[in-house]
Amino acid sequence: MASIEVNGKSYETDEEGYLVNLTEWNEDVGKYLAQTESVEMTDQHWEVINFLRDYYNEFQIAPAVRVLTKAIGKKLGADKGTSQYLYELFPYGPAKQACKIAGLPKPTGCV
Amino acid sequence: MADETTPVAVAPAPTPAAAAKPAEKAKIEAPAYRELPFIPALQPGSMKDSRPYVANEKIQEALGFNTKLDDDWQVTHDVAIAKMGELLGQSRALKVFMDSCVHCGACTDKCHYFLGTADPKNMPVARQELMRSVYRRYFTLPGKLFPSLVGAKDLTKEVLDDWYTYFWQCSQCRRCSLYCPYGIDTAEVTMAAHSILDSAGYGEKYSNEIIGKVHRIGNNLGLPGPALINTLEGVEEDVLEDTGVAVKYPLDVHGAEVLLVTPSADFFAEPHIESLIGYGKVFHAAGISWTLSSKASEAGNFGMFIGNYEQLRKIALRVREAALELGVKRIVVGECGHAWRVAYSFWNTLVGIGAGANDPFAIQLQKQLDPNYRQPSHICEVTWDLIQQGRLKFDKSANDHRIITFHDSCNVARASRMGDMPGGQFEIPRNIIKAVANHYVEMAPDTIREKTFCCGGGGGVLTDELLDLRLKGALPRMQAIKQVADHDSVNFVAMICAICKAQFTKVLPYYGFKMGMAGGVHQLVSTAIVLKNEQ
Repeated sequence: MASIEVNGKSYETDEEGYLVNLTEWNEDVGKYLAQTESVEMTDQHWEVINFLRDYYNEFQIAPAVRVLTKAIGKKLGADKGTSQYLYELFPYGPAKQACKIAGLPKPTGCV
Repeated sequence: MADETTPVAVAPAPTPAAAAKPAEKAKIEAPAYRELPFIPALQPGSMKDSRPYVANEKIQEALGFNTKLDDDWQVTHDVAIAKMGELLGQSRALKVFMDSCVHCGACTDKCHYFLGTADPKNMPVARQELMRSVYRRYFTLPGKLFPSLVGAKDLTKEVLDDWYTYFWQCSQCRRCSLYCPYGIDTAEVTMAAHSILDSAGYGEKYSNEIIGKVHRIGNNLGLPGPALINTLEGVEEDVLEDTGVAVKYPLDVHGAEVLLVTPSADFFAEPHIESLIGYGKVFHAAGISWTLSSKASEAGNFGMFIGNYEQLRKIALRVREAALELGVKRIVVGECGHAWRVAYSFWNTLVGIGAGANDPFAIQLQKQLDPNYRQPSHICEVTWDLIQQGRLKFDKSANDHRIITFHDSCNVARASRMGDMPGGQFEIPRNIIKAVANHYVEMAPDTIREKTFCCGGGGGVLTDELLDLRLKGALPRMQAIKQVADHDSVNFVAMICAICKAQFTKVLPYYGFKMGMAGGVHQLVSTAIVLKNEQ
């Protein structure tokens, strides 16, 4: 198993760099994972990450892209409630890249 | 929501400069366009490092496979050869496919991965030779006695590594089979190779992890029941807001007429969910009671990709259990290519959806299902039947911002059928599109219908670490799209497969197109259908 080191502590990741134990996640780990993805975190990024983590805690899965865009639209205004906006924040795709930074497992399947 | 969904004036043909290119860590780029047909100059070994992640012990164990390659090669060797012998004993076809190839080479330039990568081991004949040479060594007399005279090879670790590398560069699309004068079903060879690799403890992470999730949670994505409910409630709200009509997306409703089994990506991803919305609108407009099932919340069946009959059956059994529990009269399959192959070609004998299986539960199900309908039916068959009966109304102008072409998905095109006439799987989706939209254009004849080019992501290779392969494999299809985009201003590629949708959404931007250019046939239906409240 691979691992990353943040603030002197080691965290286990899978082959693709997703955190294995999501309870270990903290903001610094999130920032580190964002760096590995070349994503520069802003408040807008954290809005998405926090929503993903809250949703995951309730449903044990990341939200559907549609659920995410709707929630972000409600929070930040309709112009932000588009997948285009999410792709601007997370160019490799909001589902996979944002999940990785949020310390959540990778969505699998035909996505 | 994909940006394509916002109606705009007819978009000009996209140019590379207009589309945002995703940023990549290791820079992966699309190959340059080439006019079809072409034969690439060979680049031996160019894809030798393209391999999906190997499944870990936990993933392998959950499916009952050896968890890893044995430290003692002889043990792994014996397991693999024994499995090969078992498969040859079970399948006369596989033995014929091993024996009958004459290396004529008709298949070589038919493979999208060969065309895109130029690696000679991606010529279908060369890929299969990786297995045939081992077959000759262990299962034919000349190969046992004079291996070097007949090109027979011992199964070594290096050979098995080559299998893993190159049999996971085949999407089982069967385009090469179409051109094979002996009718060798090359996908069967790839499936057998995957099955042998699994037995040896050399499984693919992507496929095997997903199969584990189906058994554990019920679908490929791992969406638990509450998340499904949450998503479906959100969809109901959206449709009500958009149309003013209360269309329901029911889950686990006992006594519904139709059980809809659809890929779980339809609950999660864009543009997939737009087609889910379309299915619900069709049932609403026709007044057909329907339900989704949390148990059978997956149409996909990756048991086929890994060539494993037991997994194929076990995954399919979930659909039977759900149908029996819910008491439905009809089983309908959503937009999923390989799922329709499994449903159309295997569900009957696997679990009794259709005639074939004769265990008590299969017989019970056959009695329960309404014989007036094809069991199972494809959602496109349902919609087309309703259109012909005049039970659906459309405002075709709602799709006027789209100039549409149709991408035939391999498993629908070359491994199944729809309706009651030959070629129904080609005509019915096209008929639906023409019934709901005004602008339709075909791609080049050598790239559609039974000659369709794979999207580049089928058969268990739709995983991020294989993005380079997926981009290269998409080249012929992208070339055909570019022709109609340049010539006819096509701005929407319709399809009926969750893998195709995910693959196109990913690779289109690399080729200079918008990701929202890809969408479902029922996304088009959804846009144009006229709904009433009192139904």
